Amino acid sequence: MARTQHDYDDIPGTFVFDAERSRQGYGINMFCMSLMKDENRRAFKANEAEYLKRFSLTEAQREAILKRDYNRMLELGGNIYFTAKLGATDGHSFQHLAASMSGATQDAYAEMMKSGGRSVEGNRSKSGKDKLAKSKSKSKSKSSAKRK
Amino acid sequence: MARIIAGVGSSHVPAIGAALDNNKTEEPYWKRVFSGFEKSQKWMAGTKPDVATVVYNDHASAFSVDLIPTFALGCAPEFPPADEGWGPRPVPVVKGHPELASHIAQSVILDEFDLTICNKMEVDHGLTVPLNLLCGKIPPSGEWPFKVIPLAVNVVMYPPPTGHRCYMLGKAIRKAVKSFPEDLSVVIFGTGGLSHQISGPRAGLINSKWDKAFLDRLSKDPKKLTHIPHIEYMREAGAEGVEMVMWLIMRGALDEDVKEVYRFYTVPASNTAVGHIILENKRTVPARGRSSAGKTRQAALRKPSQRIASRDAR
Repeated sequence: MARTQHDYDDIPGTFVFDAERSRQGYGINMFCMSLMKDENRRAFKANEAEYLKRFSLTEAQREAILKRDYNRMLELGGNIYFTAKLGATDGHSFQHLAASMSGATQDAYAEMMKSGGRSVEGNRSKSGKDKLAKSKSKSKSKSSAKRK
Repeated sequence: MARIIAGVGSSHVPAIGAALDNNKTEEPYWKRVFSGFEKSQKWMAGTKPDVATVVYNDHASAFSVDLIPTFALGCAPEFPPADEGWGPRPVPVVKGHPELASHIAQSVILDEFDLTICNKMEVDHGLTVPLNLLCGKIPPSGEWPFKVIPLAVNVVMYPPPTGHRCYMLGKAIRKAVKSFPEDLSVVIFGTGGLSHQISGPRAGLINSKWDKAFLDRLSKDPKKLTHIPHIEYMREAGAEGVEMVMWLIMRGALDEDVKEVYRFYTVPASNTAVGHIILENKRTVPARGRSSAGKTRQAALRKPSQRIASRDAR
């Protein structure tokens, strides 16, 4: 079944962890949760594919985990607070994950953060719909005008 | 009777806890963050609340995806720090106030806020980092200076409660606290935010303009904030920035007209814009039958905050 479309699917570079993804990604997130325990971390590292058999995962989810494709994990229902536990199991800092998800080197990402982060300008909407949505709401028109 | 005397808004970035635990607070990057809370710690030491209600979110520590309660109130006598993958943070066990907590639960449920009750719960950085920022570093053998009632809000799975719902829950908590017979002073924390996105290709998003407007309105015109839909938080302040709705519970629990005694904002701490505000209720009418010692204490308490305010104004 195709994913139901929502207004927030228009936000670029963003996979909102909604109820639908929460349902689909239960296996990914519970796998990640299991990595809170040292014995599980060791079992996973010893044989990743074998360890993943303990969880109910689709082929695409399994592949995303094994490839450490963090964006794909999010798209298939993983949540960042959970997938970060996989990153930690690999010995990576959170910034390493953030950099990899945004397609930057860790140094370039860290430098971007130090100089104020990623700008919202040009990153609000895939379709430019955000402007329409804002002008509809009178209560917000003042603040959005101020922001421009 | 018990009463809420002030509200504190604070980010709860995990890296702040790690910097504190690993003694990095003097490094220039972290000093910039921690120096913004020096005045706040003085304010907290002078305010000496009996209890703090801390509104925060759990980050896959106490709750997995097995159970996702929208509002979960901690009614236990104590809340151990959670092991978030690197062992529990080296901070004291958080002591609760079960009597006030269960009183709040009973009152707000009858006011139609269907809370989940937690009689056993671990607390993660979402709760302990703001406590550190306001109270300083305390070794695990020490004690936090006040009792804590944790209120965990789901902001991990969409949709979190609306800003309006949060604001109204704050009002219900205020009413509940007011009807508690014991003479207690309560501070309420709203934590999380400000703008940040830590997931997906847009990770690293920061929107200082939006954050500052949020703080301005939080202080002067909070009702406006209650109309902001989730889509606007996510678009403007990042997918994870939606957790700022938690600050509205804190704000709803205060008087409509408050005194802003302190504010701090810096970018970044790790991936996040750090925001902090202290708001005091103006009317601190002593409770009937309150001892004169209590009144004197209240009078003494005004001083540090006024000093902060005047310094801040310069």
